[in-house]
Amino acid sequence: MSTRLSKGGRLIDRTKPLPFSFNGRGLQGYQGDTLASALLGAGQVLVGRSFKYHRPRGVMASGAEEPNGLVGLGQGGRFEPNQRLTTTELFAGAETASQNHWPSLEFDVGAINNRLARFFPGGFYYKTFMYPRAAWKHLFEPVIRRSAGLGRVPEARDEDRYEYAYAFADTVVVGGGIAGLAAALAAAEKGERVWLIEQTPHWGGRAVVDGVQIAGDEAEIWVKNTLQTLGKMKNVTLRSRTMAAGLYDHGYLLAYERVADHTPGDGRPRHRLWRLRAGRVIAATGAIERPLSFAGNDVPGVMLASAVRDYVVNWAVSPGDRTVIVTNNDDAYRTALALLDAGLSVPAVIDARPVAGGALPAAVRARGVRVLEGKGIAKVSGSKRVTGVSVCEHAGEGTELEAIACEAVAMSGGWSPVVHLWSHCGGKLLWDEARAMFRPDPDRAPTGADGAPMVRAAGAANGWLEAHEVMDCAHRAGGGKGSCPGAVAEEEAPMLPVWIMPQGAGPALRAKMFLDPQNDVKVSDVQLAAREGYESVEHTKRYTTLGMATDQGKISNINGLAVLSDALHQPIPATGTTTFRPPYTPISFGAIAGEARGAIFQPLRRTPMHDWHETHGAHWEPVGQWRRPYCFLRHGEGVHDAVHREIRSVRNAVGLLDASTLGKLLVKGPDAGRFLDMLYTNMMSTLPVGKCRYGLMCTENGFLSDDGVVARLSEDTWLCHTTTGGAERIHGWMEDWLQCEWWDWKVYTANVTEEYAQVAVAGPNARKLLEKLGGIDVSKEAFPFMEWREGTLAGIRARIYRISFSGELSYEIAVPASEGLALWNRLLEAGAELGVVPYGTEAMHIMRAEKGFIMIGDETDGTVIPQDLNLHWAISKKKTDYLGKRAQERSFMASPERWRLVGLETLDGSVLPDGAYAVAEGSNANGQRNMQGRVTSSYHSPTLGKGIAMGLVRHGPERMGEVLDFPTDNGKVVRARIVDPVFYDKDGEKQDV
Amino acid sequence: MSEPASALDGRSRKGFVDLAEAGLRGMITLRGDLSSPAMKAAVKATLGTALPAPRRIVTAGDRAVAWMSPDELLILVPYAEAGATLATLGTALAGQHHLAADVSDARALFTIRGARAREVLMKLCPVDMEALAEGEIRRTRAAQVAAAFWQSAPDEFTLVSFRSVAAYVMDLLETAARNGSELFPA
Amino acid sequence: MLTLECPYCGVKAEETELAAGGEAHLKRHGPGSSDEEFESYLFLRKNPKGVHFERWRHAYGCGKWFLAARCTATLEVFGTYPAQSKEPPAELQAKIKAKRPNWEGYK
Repeated sequence: MSTRLSKGGRLIDRTKPLPFSFNGRGLQGYQGDTLASALLGAGQVLVGRSFKYHRPRGVMASGAEEPNGLVGLGQGGRFEPNQRLTTTELFAGAETASQNHWPSLEFDVGAINNRLARFFPGGFYYKTFMYPRAAWKHLFEPVIRRSAGLGRVPEARDEDRYEYAYAFADTVVVGGGIAGLAAALAAAEKGERVWLIEQTPHWGGRAVVDGVQIAGDEAEIWVKNTLQTLGKMKNVTLRSRTMAAGLYDHGYLLAYERVADHTPGDGRPRHRLWRLRAGRVIAATGAIERPLSFAGNDVPGVMLASAVRDYVVNWAVSPGDRTVIVTNNDDAYRTALALLDAGLSVPAVIDARPVAGGALPAAVRARGVRVLEGKGIAKVSGSKRVTGVSVCEHAGEGTELEAIACEAVAMSGGWSPVVHLWSHCGGKLLWDEARAMFRPDPDRAPTGADGAPMVRAAGAANGWLEAHEVMDCAHRAGGGKGSCPGAVAEEEAPMLPVWIMPQGAGPALRAKMFLDPQNDVKVSDVQLAAREGYESVEHTKRYTTLGMATDQGKISNINGLAVLSDALHQPIPATGTTTFRPPYTPISFGAIAGEARGAIFQPLRRTPMHDWHETHGAHWEPVGQWRRPYCFLRHGEGVHDAVHREIRSVRNAVGLLDASTLGKLLVKGPDAGRFLDMLYTNMMSTLPVGKCRYGLMCTENGFLSDDGVVARLSEDTWLCHTTTGGAERIHGWMEDWLQCEWWDWKVYTANVTEEYAQVAVAGPNARKLLEKLGGIDVSKEAFPFMEWREGTLAGIRARIYRISFSGELSYEIAVPASEGLALWNRLLEAGAELGVVPYGTEAMHIMRAEKGFIMIGDETDGTVIPQDLNLHWAISKKKTDYLGKRAQERSFMASPERWRLVGLETLDGSVLPDGAYAVAEGSNANGQRNMQGRVTSSYHSPTLGKGIAMGLVRHGPERMGEVLDFPTDNGKVVRARIVDPVFYDKDGEKQDV
Repeated sequence: MSEPASALDGRSRKGFVDLAEAGLRGMITLRGDLSSPAMKAAVKATLGTALPAPRRIVTAGDRAVAWMSPDELLILVPYAEAGATLATLGTALAGQHHLAADVSDARALFTIRGARAREVLMKLCPVDMEALAEGEIRRTRAAQVAAAFWQSAPDEFTLVSFRSVAAYVMDLLETAARNGSELFPA
Repeated sequence: MLTLECPYCGVKAEETELAAGGEAHLKRHGPGSSDEEFESYLFLRKNPKGVHFERWRHAYGCGKWFLAARCTATLEVFGTYPAQSKEPPAELQAKIKAKRPNWEGYK
């Protein structure tokens, strides 16, 4: 049993007990605990089950590298799976539940996998599910789906809020240990803008636990003083609980601040994602201790030696009365001392090195502890809990020399620098043979925008493990001159690389040596992968799932690739590492989304009449970021009925369409006409002042890109209407050509889309309605079709365009946006006796289809040229050039085989499915049925009482009267006749009255 | 005549700063050769101010001129004066290639007032607020929409966005300014 | 995420304030051009590992298009300059040549 010691614990406040629960059982910890220390302090060693074999799992580490201690935390809208015990602070009322077992943690049916482990070797996923073929769908996939995934998916909506913040610094120092503090101090003293961030709530890192002396004092004192100094400096920002998740191009650093994880529900944002832009980054991210690979190294109670020290010193937690230390280096002896200081027993230190002659082993021996040199652990006894270890010769095959009873094993296989930040943006590593570690290669640092190195590694992250080296390196990394405060700690003798223990272990032992305890990847799995031909470490990773667990291989990678190298008979640097990718530890989806959720998930653009529509039954349709009324629903009315009612009203009386979303671009200057002639396929320079002209715009590919009515406002000014979705795009397009190609042309543009509210007043009563409002003379004589007038309407400054997209008598009225709602209301009031109704986009669409007018996005899809749509009349023959003209001369564009626009009328009056294809005889090279056309728009026309459609058909206009077959997705075939696309008022009499 | 309405009718909100839609303001986009004597004279005659330096805004009473790009100014005047200002500019720049457009109704204006006003902007705009110069107008984005802001008083910033997204911007500001979310709590 | 300095307004804009516009210094070929010329204008693009010239627009800023020279492999930015340039400024070309002696020029 682990337990809470009666004294000590530098991080806990015993006056503040905090109740919490684990699997429904009420427990107690203290303010300052992590969930891991609280659980261990309450005697809970077994905390979960592994992913594949469902083996019992206990806490192994004390920080971000923890592979095993994952729980579901919280309830309802604050439930989240896979919360790491070692990095989650305890708070009052925390509800935790272990994962990956059924029916209970203690008794797990899934553990049958463990008995069958020899049938589930590395890569079994790829070998097992191949045959018989049918089994995949009916047997394998359902079973895999049930067992896939770790933890339970949250079901309730997240109650918390999240946000971004942008900040800029000359230097961002990552890691609040003594290296980070020393580097930050050095940089800050030079006057740089410095950020220092630390992922835990505490500063000082390992040094404060390990009894390092700095500047003649306890490290703890130096840390406190340095923090105070930094805190007073205006150019320094300190952030604890902030993890550098990833470093990207040009010094872009994402830092994940856990603002309120430890105070849930206090109204603060839960997480904040800092989007930092750093001139340079100092990675003072420390090092992670490596486990040793011996049989049973995954049994709960086997922990990293440094973690055991942390639990004893920081949280006054005993891992067990008797802890055996197993190591290949001197540092682990500090754990023995810490345990002894806490009054606990250390039956033995098992040291793989032939001789343990350094100062630390001497100090441990002096306390009466047996140091077994040249020995290893043959295996660990116990299943849900360590009960003892068998000692063997490390040089041998694992014959038991001695059994030692114990409750915990503290292991140390040496240290790996945390090189993630260094590596995220291209920094390279070198293999340090003496210290058996990959560390940053100072000659191959990641570079920034100026081509200079943008990251420096400091302290343990740079491979320096002894305190004085750490301080010196960090001081210099921060740009400090002269000497830094001296740090003193016991000198350490060299370590001995140990990749499996004992080194001659046979297959039975190797199959119990875990490299990745979360995903259950063993030494034997990696060796099997090597035998099966996996030579690349990246392939082996994916084949065996080594390092693919939630800890992303923080403790398993180096051991794994050492085993792989050994199996491939090549040196470790020849194998190399897998890629270090952000984030360093998982970050919440909430933090990634930031403020963008709910009402502000994305911008919603509103016209000045938006709220009126909202309160008058608008059935909305998203158009770009706008929301436009599709139709206006009256009480008890369906969408279909509403649309048809609106069309009948427009055709027989008068309707109002909110057309404010249409793009409105001003183009002005001596060269504006020439410019518009290049932009549009037809002539705009010849348009007389006071008149309007419909125009088409193509890309340089020749494809139709936008259309709209252009009005010439004055000798040198044109106003171009674009589609709703096209305003910003076309404005950008204009500026692109003016700035980058024809920069000597005298033309200015302005996007005035939102300056105006625009209302289309359409229907036989439109003129009467406008006359009632009073102002601009709208008579047929004074105001002909395709012209515009300026003046007032109902006392409001207005410009009216006499244009029609419905085929009816129609005026489009533009007024200042601030008076749009006023105009709308006046039109409704005055129009009441004329039968006025507001109508939506669907009525507009159907009416334009009845008239055979094309719609960008329906008749066009980015592959259609104006010629396909029989719009030759809108393509100037006189112009030598316009955007898209050259492309339209290409042979494929000029081919008579292109599909061209026609009307389609079903023989039975039904509505053709939108997008349906017309089949032709024969099949193509792929054995697919040949096609000869497709439907681009299709509606039921209430005006004509039947289905109408437009489509693109091979040789279409030459095939009037022919009947085509359109197979539909229910297997039926709809037959439709090719007709003229203008279904209604072919001569355009109604719009020109 | 009807009463012109701003996008949000002057809506205001409180968080760790005070937020308000600032109502209607006359705004004119003026494009032209900013180095020409005619342009300088026109701005001087119309607004009584010199041309702002690049990325700066010059304020004179209830009028201001902001540098928006190498060939574009944004002129701010009382709402009722936009038409007259436009006419005056037109006269002053007659014969000079330029474009002047009334955009008063195409924009929404917000004030962010309080000691922590910068923190609100820090959450929405990828801008180094500490490097913001005195009298600087910064065109950027606020979350997902285009915006421009400047310091309009010691503890106040004015932010301008497009009118159609005024409600979105107000919701953004309110979310960013919610109590408890201060970036640098005391 | 890149940071590029807009040569028009001097803002050091991050990528979210910019819009990318593809390869710079293309020559437009209109009516009368050969199929080969038109193909090169419309479709053929360099994709170098190394020095590259690109069009960018300061979309959330002054709205101006500008050109940038950068290394696609290291993301080093050699410089930005106005879109109204027929070719990269001579001093920029010299700077690139000094940093990348094997660079064969912008054409």
